[in-house]
Amino acid sequence: MDLYLLSPEISLLALALVVILLDLFIGRKWILGWVSIIGLIVPVIFTLSLWGRNETSFGGALAVDHFSLFFHLFFLGVAALVLLSSTEFARKFAAFRAEYYALILLAATGMMLLASTRELISIFVALELTGISLYVLTGFLKDPKSSEAGLKYLLLGAVASAVFLYGMALVFGLTGTTYLEGIAAAISAEGLLGSPALLMGIVLLVAGFGFKIAAVPFQMWVPDVYEGAPTPITAYLSVASKAAGFAVILRVFYEALGPASLDWGMIFAVLAAITMTVGNIVAIAQKNIKRMLGYSSIAMAGYLMIGLAAVTTEASSALIFFLACYALTNLGAFIAIIAISNKINSDEISDYSGMVRRAPLYALALALCLISLTGIPPTAGFMAKIYIFSAGVNAELLWLVIIAVINSVISAYYYLRVVRVMFLGEPLSKEGVHASSGLRVALSISCLGVLLLGIYPWMLLKFAETAASIFLP
Amino acid sequence: MAVGLEHFLILSAVLFAIGLYGVLAKRNAVVILMSIEIMLTAVNITMVAFSRYSHVISGQVFVIFIMVVAAAEAAVGLALIIAIYRSRKTVDAEKFDLMKW
Repeated sequence: MDLYLLSPEISLLALALVVILLDLFIGRKWILGWVSIIGLIVPVIFTLSLWGRNETSFGGALAVDHFSLFFHLFFLGVAALVLLSSTEFARKFAAFRAEYYALILLAATGMMLLASTRELISIFVALELTGISLYVLTGFLKDPKSSEAGLKYLLLGAVASAVFLYGMALVFGLTGTTYLEGIAAAISAEGLLGSPALLMGIVLLVAGFGFKIAAVPFQMWVPDVYEGAPTPITAYLSVASKAAGFAVILRVFYEALGPASLDWGMIFAVLAAITMTVGNIVAIAQKNIKRMLGYSSIAMAGYLMIGLAAVTTEASSALIFFLACYALTNLGAFIAIIAISNKINSDEISDYSGMVRRAPLYALALALCLISLTGIPPTAGFMAKIYIFSAGVNAELLWLVIIAVINSVISAYYYLRVVRVMFLGEPLSKEGVHASSGLRVALSISCLGVLLLGIYPWMLLKFAETAASIFLP
Repeated sequence: MAVGLEHFLILSAVLFAIGLYGVLAKRNAVVILMSIEIMLTAVNITMVAFSRYSHVISGQVFVIFIMVVAAAEAAVGLALIIAIYRSRKTVDAEKFDLMKW
């Protein structure tokens, strides 16, 4: 047992506790936000010091490999951007700032554990650590809309975790172990492949994870929760929570159900086709921009699932690359929305009319991110789609890729509609938009990232390939 | 008649179905929360039964974790219900319609 392997998670947890404790002693509360942002350097350093290791600890329950370390950095980066974009927003709940920052850090701890654990009990605990922190954050504003969103998220999330646990119980009962490695061994040793009970367990597991990544038919919570939650938390949910879901799916399905690969690839292919179609078609009718991005994130889950349906290492690395590109793009879009809606106090698309003349930089940044979400070069979204579609074609899933391309065309309609409203509409007032320095830094990082990955994706692609290489048979 | 593993599994499947029905059919948010607890109890019975009959202790350890997490979840759920009740004076899930469901 080597505690040092767990140091990124432990230091992040300690940071969350420090933020809560500091709140008791410090008068100037704005310091707390910067403490949590700067404090993130500690887990980053620990993660980098572990880089290159390939070890397991705690009897095989914890894996420190390229995959988990890649996701450590991913979640820490996302948490940093969300915290940066929250510093101004947090004035709305001045008295509870410390709890807000601490919960963001706790959720990140849960997600980091999710990416590195290889045992069902730890997966469940990490999933719930993430989930419960996010339920509270969703209801944090305490206005009727936010509490309603929080309660809906909690009730549906709890049902999903009950279903997921029932699946775990079946898998545990059949294989007699909670370790992913042991499950894989038991499946091949006892020839459980055709067993209906194991299939039932897998389906229930898919349902539980499907809730986390917002795949149809487990997506009903997404639009309401995205609309009601505080906007930085919406960004966090749409990026980090989804990525954590995909990370744990990759881990569980490749390590525990590797021998049963044909059974689950098809489940994900069908879910992917339905998810992207439903997400895109319903998004067309939306008038609220947060709700629209909610449906767009459902559609993105559909594209991402191509990487699960094609059971190859190439597809997993394309999935990881897509997650990183999508994270930067979506965070950029949401940060621009936070900046604009802080001023106009509205999330209706019609209120964004003529925004380019009121806030040229923010409108341009939002337009760039929406173009990247559509998948037009030279942006990160374009590269991401190229890689995941070609992985799909190479795995003989041509029908799925054709559906995905048609869906991308449909999605251009509603993304570019927002751009048209911003650039061609008449401004509703002449007032400009001013945002805090934290927001501006976060927005520049994500926009530069979107452009950089669109032009020079090789470095990140190499990282994604190393991360996915742990799933090589 | 000896009580075997099947009996426990059938009991837990029935309990799980009752809980799921409660979640889908009931309108009171507190009752929905209770139905979720029934579903988790069903899972616990499955885990303990499997653990007992296969002589692997980790199933019972799992149950303890599930109970602890379920308590935390219920606490957050009740807090959110109270927050809603203060502003809306109702806990009827059908009336939570500020946003389209």
